[in-house]
Amino acid sequence: MKYIDEFRRKKEAQGILKTIHKISRKRVNIMEICGTHTHSISRYGIREGLPESIKLISGPGCPVCVTSAADINRIIEFSKSRKDAIIATFGDMMRVPGTNSSLQEERARGGDIRVVYSPLGTLDIARANPDKEVVFYAVGFETTVPTVASTILTAKEEGLKNLSVLSLHKLTPPAMRALLDSGEVEINGFICPGHVTAIIGAGAYEFLATDYKSPCVVAGFEPIDALMGLYMLVKQLEEDRCEIEIEYNRVVTWDGNKKAQTVIDEVFEPSDSLWRGIGNIPKSGLQINEKYAFFDAEKRFSIPKGEDAEPKGCRCGLVLKGIMTPDQCPLFATACTPESPVGPCMVSSEGTCAAFFKYRRVA
Amino acid sequence: MCLGIPGKIIEINGSTAKVDIAGTRKEASIKLMEDVKVGEFVIIHAGFAIEKVDEQKARETLELIDEVIER
Repeated sequence: MKYIDEFRRKKEAQGILKTIHKISRKRVNIMEICGTHTHSISRYGIREGLPESIKLISGPGCPVCVTSAADINRIIEFSKSRKDAIIATFGDMMRVPGTNSSLQEERARGGDIRVVYSPLGTLDIARANPDKEVVFYAVGFETTVPTVASTILTAKEEGLKNLSVLSLHKLTPPAMRALLDSGEVEINGFICPGHVTAIIGAGAYEFLATDYKSPCVVAGFEPIDALMGLYMLVKQLEEDRCEIEIEYNRVVTWDGNKKAQTVIDEVFEPSDSLWRGIGNIPKSGLQINEKYAFFDAEKRFSIPKGEDAEPKGCRCGLVLKGIMTPDQCPLFATACTPESPVGPCMVSSEGTCAAFFKYRRVA
Repeated sequence: MCLGIPGKIIEINGSTAKVDIAGTRKEASIKLMEDVKVGEFVIIHAGFAIEKVDEQKARETLELIDEVIER
């Protein structure tokens, strides 16, 4: 078993799709929270294959996209002001446009801004440059958070003095709650993110069933996983059940990865966080706690406040909330393309607009 | 960004493992894992193994899919 090919077979995919068509009666809106699901659903043409009664809505599940304009602007301003420091971040952050610049433009102007694939990469940079401050702009959901926490623990063990982290991390369940509370978009059920849930455990979604009567299925990211997750969710909705089911049970458990949770709790504590399009959500972010304050870039430097201004004409906020689909935005595929993006949803490879653009059907 | 890829552990050195990801060998930290053994599959995300892949559960899912599909 390779755990990839087995979950990409065309015959099975078509079979599940056929069964979904057979059991689907009700009109339902299903939100896939995770950007990796959005990408997979677009890539394999799943949206087009579903019956008309099932509407898939993409949620705020791309960490680069949900980073607020204010945070994007403040990290660009900070990068500008500290040309003596080395900035490290994930690749997708480089091209996100701020009001006046982007990290990529600041790099072109001489800023030492480096892309890392893993937070561990920041340790190598800090070790190789002991006379320079290394600041890591950390974005990501619960999947990525323990990798950053573990990196901070290693930095402490090694006594690294020149590495700090700006935590822009975000938590998934509070955002789901905020979307449901807003009432701006009708969601009948959720496809929950497989890898976030591998860390936090499916039990974290109990509030969906108890407080909102909303069923959910935690699904994997291969096409068969996504389809099977949709089948399970549609079946629940048709049978008026409201449960938390796990399709991706080869990886996801009810309780999650306890060790990763311990590592997160050792380093971070919940904090309020500003989401693009949604606004401030209480306890939806993570800040570095007092014990590891030495590694907190917020405490070590004075990082300017950023202007919270969306790019002109950009509707990423509405796309992130599922109120608008990318192709309904007047800028989509005209003024805003992956080569020349206006908003973050077109920049990140997992952004909803980028997924729609890459796999759009061109007549 | 929550992309994770299954890889097979082929060697463990302290808190680092060599992992075979679809034929490519990569290093990954196993600091977030309680216990892993050579030969087991794990999900790799951002240079870390974040969870094991359970072969028995995978087979159960594939069997369930077979039941769902009309023959």
